[in-house]
Amino acid sequence: MAAPALCVTNLSVSYGKTAILRDVSLTVEAGECFGLVGESGCGKSTAAFAVMRALPPAGRITGGSIAMDGQDVLALKRHELRQLWARRVSMVYQDPSRALNPTLTVGAQLMEAFAVLGLTGTRERAEAMLAKVQIPSPTRVMGVYPHQLSGGTQQRVVIAMALAKDPVLLVLDEPTTGLDATVEAEILDLVEALRREAGTAVLLISHNLPMVARMCDRIGVLYAGSLVEQGPAAALLRSPRHPYTARLISCLPGGGRRKEDGPLQTIAGQLPGPGMALAACVFAPRCDRAEDKCQSVPPAESWVDHHMAKCHFEPSVSTPADALLDDLGPAEGARAPVLVAKSLSKTFGATRAVHDVTFELAAGETLGLVGESGSGKTTLARLLLGLNRPDPGGTILLDGVALGPNLASRSRAQRQAIQIIFQNPDSALNRAHRVRYILGRPLGKLAGASGRALTTAIAELARNVRLGEAHLAMRPRALSGGLKQRVAIARAFAGRPRVVLCDEPTSALDVSVQAAILNLLAGLQRREQVAYVFISHDLAVVRYLADRIAVMYLGHMLEIGPAEEVLTGPHHPYTAALVSAATAATRVRLKGEIPGPGEVQGGCIFQKNCPRKIGPVCETLAPPFDPESVHPVRCHIPWGELPVVG
Amino acid sequence: MIRGLLTPGFLTGLFIVLFWVLCALFGPWLEPMDPYRDDLMNALAPPSAAHWFGTDQIGRDIFSRIIAGARPILSVAPAATLLATLCGTSLGLITGYAGGWVDAVLSRLIEVILALPLIVVALLVLVALGPSSLNVTIVIALVFTPIIARTVRSAVIGECKLDYVPAAALRDEGALHIMSVEILPNILPPILVEVTVRLGYAIFTVASLSFLGFGVQPPSPDWGLTIAENYGLIVGGYGWTVGFAALATASLVVGVNLVAEGLEEAVR
Repeated sequence: MAAPALCVTNLSVSYGKTAILRDVSLTVEAGECFGLVGESGCGKSTAAFAVMRALPPAGRITGGSIAMDGQDVLALKRHELRQLWARRVSMVYQDPSRALNPTLTVGAQLMEAFAVLGLTGTRERAEAMLAKVQIPSPTRVMGVYPHQLSGGTQQRVVIAMALAKDPVLLVLDEPTTGLDATVEAEILDLVEALRREAGTAVLLISHNLPMVARMCDRIGVLYAGSLVEQGPAAALLRSPRHPYTARLISCLPGGGRRKEDGPLQTIAGQLPGPGMALAACVFAPRCDRAEDKCQSVPPAESWVDHHMAKCHFEPSVSTPADALLDDLGPAEGARAPVLVAKSLSKTFGATRAVHDVTFELAAGETLGLVGESGSGKTTLARLLLGLNRPDPGGTILLDGVALGPNLASRSRAQRQAIQIIFQNPDSALNRAHRVRYILGRPLGKLAGASGRALTTAIAELARNVRLGEAHLAMRPRALSGGLKQRVAIARAFAGRPRVVLCDEPTSALDVSVQAAILNLLAGLQRREQVAYVFISHDLAVVRYLADRIAVMYLGHMLEIGPAEEVLTGPHHPYTAALVSAATAATRVRLKGEIPGPGEVQGGCIFQKNCPRKIGPVCETLAPPFDPESVHPVRCHIPWGELPVVG
Repeated sequence: MIRGLLTPGFLTGLFIVLFWVLCALFGPWLEPMDPYRDDLMNALAPPSAAHWFGTDQIGRDIFSRIIAGARPILSVAPAATLLATLCGTSLGLITGYAGGWVDAVLSRLIEVILALPLIVVALLVLVALGPSSLNVTIVIALVFTPIIARTVRSAVIGECKLDYVPAAALRDEGALHIMSVEILPNILPPILVEVTVRLGYAIFTVASLSFLGFGVQPPSPDWGLTIAENYGLIVGGYGWTVGFAALATASLVVGVNLVAEGLEEAVR
């Protein structure tokens, strides 16, 4: 039997005096795909670098052993280590634009990968490799610089370089973060196909549990530097044996869950940061089954059928749902439209960022806005806010009154009525101000509170988003990502807005934190009857929160309708591709590359990529779209023949 | 940050600067002799026990003149730098935040002033207005304002990319509030570093202008003036009349630069 591609035993790593990884043991057999999953601060990237002995200068391996293909990695000398990196192990990084040298052409870099191995005919080999990773027109791409390629193509190039040497082990560190859903699906398919063909072992590191579950044979769950569970992918997800894994799975808004079904499960407490003192069982402080011995006695590995968990107890049959955080109460009845957008367009120079978008939004309703990069969803949000002027001809009505094209031309009440929660809480909060000021200022300006009334108002606002008194005195840098986002949400709600735009508010947060934030947003919506325009690329999250969903592509709104209908069908072919990106078996593939600005002149905007293109009519005639109907779809295909899920 | 500040370089620089500040503040009490009293019998005496740094052409004690010379330079340079900072920061905030044609026009103006050589501008202005401490202060502030404005502008542009700026606009904040309360506190570290570096340049410029005869007038013990009056004597072997003034200027500039470097390290 072949030696395992990677065998890590009791690995401990620290940065300086801070222990990051504790006693991690895992094995990746030859040809197997192993997924390492965890939230921020768990040490998964450290594990990836440690395995290759590529830690930064401050990192030290303080214990354990690493064997790659039978060879002891820790015993290698410097030049032997370089040979290992050159020939036996490859890594694909999170950000392909940083992994490629911007001053060399793609061809030069790829040929380098072959030259290091001492092979001849590097140019032909490089071109063949580009074709193998399914990059169209490889000869042209050889002479192109990395910045001229899209993110997905850059990542393919990195994968080509990684597989050039036919490695024993391929390490992928969050390879698809920042890529669109359809592109992510293609990259993962590619890695899967190449892996099966060459028999390469893969170590996939990610925070995205569903993706890892699709790709990997075995999964390991890291928490605070400790591997708490390890096992076959299907078994781990179906019946997790560690409380953390079980809670993590139930935090995910998936499986068709809607906000009406109840709040998502969350994990009490906070993720431990590096260097924090830990109990004997690292998960004990947040575990609802913890007893005294969990604090003092470290749990041993308990193995059942290749499935390991570090827990003192056997898994319970069902995990009880959390009590409702708020008494949500019943939803209100029929609601009048609070926001109406008609024929909104925005052109930047030659690029049509938003084209002729029309929709309505009722009070207390959530409109999910989905689309990939370049779809115009952020521009549309900025148009609604008044941060950008719409092209002439477009109007926005708030409660029936037309809004001015920019902030200066709107009244204070109008400005107060539409607010936004940004994606990145680090940039959305002023790091020089304390939380009390961040919340107090909008309360003072928009709600007109002052003096004692202001102090009371701040306290109440903080309570509504579950911030404590202590947090009010802190600056944003002292808060975690989830807490910062709560402050941002509180700030948005300070002026009692009518419409809140949520621009990917949870994509920068960990899964367990995301669940709490989504619950908070749902609860606030019920209480305040505020309408959301929820922008996200994560369909599971949108499905949970949205009442209606709009799909955007290159500035055009392709479809808008009730959430379940849009997701299950009949729906637009593009929506079919987005929805099916998650499942490998039934994935709908898009053809060709995304067209550049101005490439598509007449007919349907989707003609270049559509897998269901009918014929010349798609190129000449613009498809019909009736904003008045309940579920308009911008397509020539008759309703009965539109794609359906399942 | 305070801990990162106390490096040997920073402390050395701080010590030097504080020494000269003390000389400037308490000069009259520290000088062993009257810096203006001439003693022609003792002219051009080399350094000795009686006169630690020797005497100059008309017998004045150089040591006392060096101590007294700290005051003119340290009253003009910091004031000029402060004035330049106030104007430069305001200009930088306005151009960085407003953008558009306001930025385009003002930036071209800034570039014009930056293109002019400092000494030439100073000479022109001082010839027009007459040499005096106040005019030197104004001239240096005028020439340094665009440099500081440029640094502040790029810091502001970087901040404006962050989401808290449009967030402030959305809650009805005026431009003045956003520039002064939202953006300014976040760009103070680079401003502080730039100001300290400018101070070093200002000191050097004041000495240069005095050397050229456009600063304070004789019989002031200003270091630049001292060098101007006495550099012809170096050839004759009377180097101490110039050397100590030059060393004093150099030490002050080095001290200020060490402080600036220490601040920059701590801020990073």
